[in-house]
Amino acid sequence: MDVDSSQGRMAAYMRDHQDKVVSRWTELVVASVRGRSSAVEVRRELEDLYSLTIRAMSGADEQASGELRAALTELSRSRARNGFTPSETAVAVFSLKDAVYELVADTAELGPDFLAFSRLVDGLGLHTFETYAAAREQIIADQALSMLELSTPVVRLWDGIIAVPLVGTLDSARTQVVMEKLLETLVATGADHAVLDITGVPTVDTEVAQHLLKTVNAARLLGAECIVSGIRPQVAQTIVSLGIEFGDIATKATLADALAYALNRTGQKVTKMGPA
Amino acid sequence: MERVPILKIGQTLFVSIQIDLQDESVMRLQEDLAEELGATGAHGVIIDITAVEIVDSFIGRMLATIGSISRLFDAETVLVGMRPAVAITLTELGLSLKGVRTALNAEKGLALLNRST
Repeated sequence: MDVDSSQGRMAAYMRDHQDKVVSRWTELVVASVRGRSSAVEVRRELEDLYSLTIRAMSGADEQASGELRAALTELSRSRARNGFTPSETAVAVFSLKDAVYELVADTAELGPDFLAFSRLVDGLGLHTFETYAAAREQIIADQALSMLELSTPVVRLWDGIIAVPLVGTLDSARTQVVMEKLLETLVATGADHAVLDITGVPTVDTEVAQHLLKTVNAARLLGAECIVSGIRPQVAQTIVSLGIEFGDIATKATLADALAYALNRTGQKVTKMGPA
Repeated sequence: MERVPILKIGQTLFVSIQIDLQDESVMRLQEDLAEELGATGAHGVIIDITAVEIVDSFIGRMLATIGSISRLFDAETVLVGMRPAVAITLTELGLSLKGVRTALNAEKGLALLNRST
């Protein structure tokens, strides 16, 4: 069977029945997106895709199949961003087969031609799926990056005392960012005490402890003292049962205790004012 | 080979490293410093590495060795002005420079020496 000629025949058939097929296709797609796009919008999108598909199938146009793929890439990207599920996105392409088949079913001689057409649509569907996944990955990577930036503030607590409230799990990438930011702030502000508050760190295992120790050591090399605060009872139990040694690093229960300790070490004192 | 000058201010020896450290210059510095400590009986050494951007494991170890040598002369060593990148490198290399004290800048380093003597 000659694929090119059968695709040509199919293209001619589809061109003749364009209105009917696109209407049915739109119907199917609108049903699958459950009202998140209007029928008019969907129809406009699909009309473009349909004419591109016909151009690609008729083989007259060299660029058509490239254009078709680009249009599909655009479609699946926008769907990925707008929170459509993968199957909702793929159905948009695959339902073209259903729409065409309903017509072709009556005309027996187009059977083999439909097979070739079906293969083409399958290829397009897979392409949609791939670009959808790629777009999703991109979104996740962007979010991870912005989370990394958001989650590592270094705040000045007092003259010569800074604090890093750590929230979330400490992995090596985050430790690196925290360490860099902490050291840069130490140098920039001339602070010689830093409080690492781990109230927001859900679990402390040997790896997290290792990362904390690294940060403390690096700060020490700059000439600053680190205090680890915010150790919760469960965390303290885990630390002891894992046999993690914090060595001579000062650890305090709360940020307030750590601040009091640092104030004491820097020779400062906060007192209550007498009765007003 | 470039030599690092050693300045004596009061009871403190002051070394400011302004060059890219080579292995030989660090070894030479160690020898010079030992000589100087013996001759002057200084009680403190301040090594300023503000201008040092690259440190390898050898230089890291030599800095620790200088600290241990000074200790034998009853002198305290303070390393001042380390850059964040250098600190991260040393930590990744597993060097914590035990026996050497550190301070953010020369002024704090001097204050540290004055407190301990």
